[in-house]
Amino acid sequence: MIGEVLQILVNGLLAGAQLAVPAIGFTTIYAVLRFPNFALAGHATIGAYAGVLANVAWGWPVGAALLAAFVVAGLVGVASDTLVLKRLRPSGSLTTAIGAAALGIVLENIIRFIFGNDPLGFDVPVLRDWRVSLGTAGGLRIGPQQVQAAAASIIVMAVLFAFLSFTSSGRMMRAVADNPTLAALKGIDADSVARRANFVAMGLAGFGGMLIGLDTSVDPLVGARVVLPVFAAAVLGGLGSIPGAVAGAFLIGIGEEMSTLVLDPSYRTAVGFVAILLVLTLRPRGLLGERAL
Amino acid sequence: MAGYLASMAVFAGLTALMALGLNLIWGLAGMVNLGLVGFYAIGAYTTALLCVNFGWSPIAGIFAAVCLSAAIGCVVALVTARLKGDYLAIVTLGFAEIVRLIAANEVWLTGGTTGISNIPSLPRSMLSPMQVNFVYAGLVWIVVAFVALLLGRVSAAPFGRVLRAIREDEMVASVAGKRVLRFKIQAFAVGAAVLGLAGGLYAHYVGYVAPDAFTPLITIAVVLALTAGGTGTMRGAIIGAVLVVTLTEGTRFLAPLLSGLSPVRIAALREGLIGLCLILALSLRPTGLWPETLSKHPSEAS
Repeated sequence: MIGEVLQILVNGLLAGAQLAVPAIGFTTIYAVLRFPNFALAGHATIGAYAGVLANVAWGWPVGAALLAAFVVAGLVGVASDTLVLKRLRPSGSLTTAIGAAALGIVLENIIRFIFGNDPLGFDVPVLRDWRVSLGTAGGLRIGPQQVQAAAASIIVMAVLFAFLSFTSSGRMMRAVADNPTLAALKGIDADSVARRANFVAMGLAGFGGMLIGLDTSVDPLVGARVVLPVFAAAVLGGLGSIPGAVAGAFLIGIGEEMSTLVLDPSYRTAVGFVAILLVLTLRPRGLLGERAL
Repeated sequence: MAGYLASMAVFAGLTALMALGLNLIWGLAGMVNLGLVGFYAIGAYTTALLCVNFGWSPIAGIFAAVCLSAAIGCVVALVTARLKGDYLAIVTLGFAEIVRLIAANEVWLTGGTTGISNIPSLPRSMLSPMQVNFVYAGLVWIVVAFVALLLGRVSAAPFGRVLRAIREDEMVASVAGKRVLRFKIQAFAVGAAVLGLAGGLYAHYVGYVAPDAFTPLITIAVVLALTAGGTGTMRGAIIGAVLVVTLTEGTRFLAPLLSGLSPVRIAALREGLIGLCLILALSLRPTGLWPETLSKHPSEAS
């Protein structure tokens, strides 16, 4: 029994760490630019394809391919914001959100046009699960790939926190998120902050997309498959709060694992939805409220 | 060719119905609903199940579809009543995904990904396939006209004025003594009923429902129809729907020009085009081609 509980906890934490990366991206855009960017799924897919190309076609190691996924998705994010979403922002956050959903469909279909619908796989060795004996309480099975993905996620999060705390770009982003008017008075260029925020946030989405691709396979819907738990994590923690998104991601990861005890595993993604309904009914601003970044 | 045009007319009518339903929820009452395809799916599955498993007549099945969609609309509106725009957008988007998830996984009920087939349609023994298309197109457009008239009346009535007041400022409406929650639930339920009606008509026209038919792309197409035509007016919703279906179906005629492309690529082009047009419509003319004209107080008019 204790073994089972521990197993669920471990699996949930590993899944939550992966979920946290794109959830931070989603919440960062909300904090700085004040709209839910539904194009996140499209950028995650683009990152996954960039990673799979770098890994399989050019033979890059997985670490370098993850970097490629981040950079390519980040650049696409800057381009799509400059060309499309920036023009919609004056019409309000909802118009921008709907435009972003349309943009996501465009990106997904650009990928489909180029690569087709057939799934692609990464060139990585299949590793055997680690087994940890717990004596009388049973044993744990841990997938090395999941551990590596969670470790990569935690490294990215650490780098991001350092970036936001210690660099001038990061401080400018926090200033805009906190109080756009005051930031403008201080002479912070909103456009340049928007570009940097998009690069980082969509880069994180691409990174997350490639991690999911590593876990399963890469096809044009790879991003769309995970957006529900990603949105749920960000909303659960309170849109605009990065610590909230991380906490929300871990909660949803564990919740999804627990749900498999009573529900069919295909309903995993529904857990996030139920969780946000519960939280929003009790606390309409999410767990960690509206504090920006 | 004529049969194809008739089937296009059916899909234009279904899109128009959905745009009308969305217009009540979003255009008039100001509640964003990015989960409309979920209600469309509920309508389609309800009548499909009742007619195939219990031998109900299509009319009774569609009636049940409308009632169930309205009831679920009530629940969704009640649960989400306190949520503001961005949060509501996320929750409704999730709602539609959950509906699709259930349709794909509850095999005992919905047949899973294979779906439900042999849904009864118009009596094919009496009509040729071509005639079926024409008669159905006529039927669907009669329903569209009826719903548009009805919702037009609702919109002009005091009820519609209250909805617009809630859309502009919920606080002011409630200070004026309007029970905001009740109005919002009613608007959402009626809108959901219209979406369910469209789903029921779809099921009996195609004769087959499966989860793949209810993707977010439909939501995007309907939002495009409403945005292109102009949110807030019934006329805009209908004209927008005709435009959208002409655009998406019309590209089929380009297929001979694109004969070098694989079917996957052509499908990708068509889906991408819907997204691209919505982006263009939003950025070029956010109010739509035929925007709502609001009567102003004399003091504001100058």
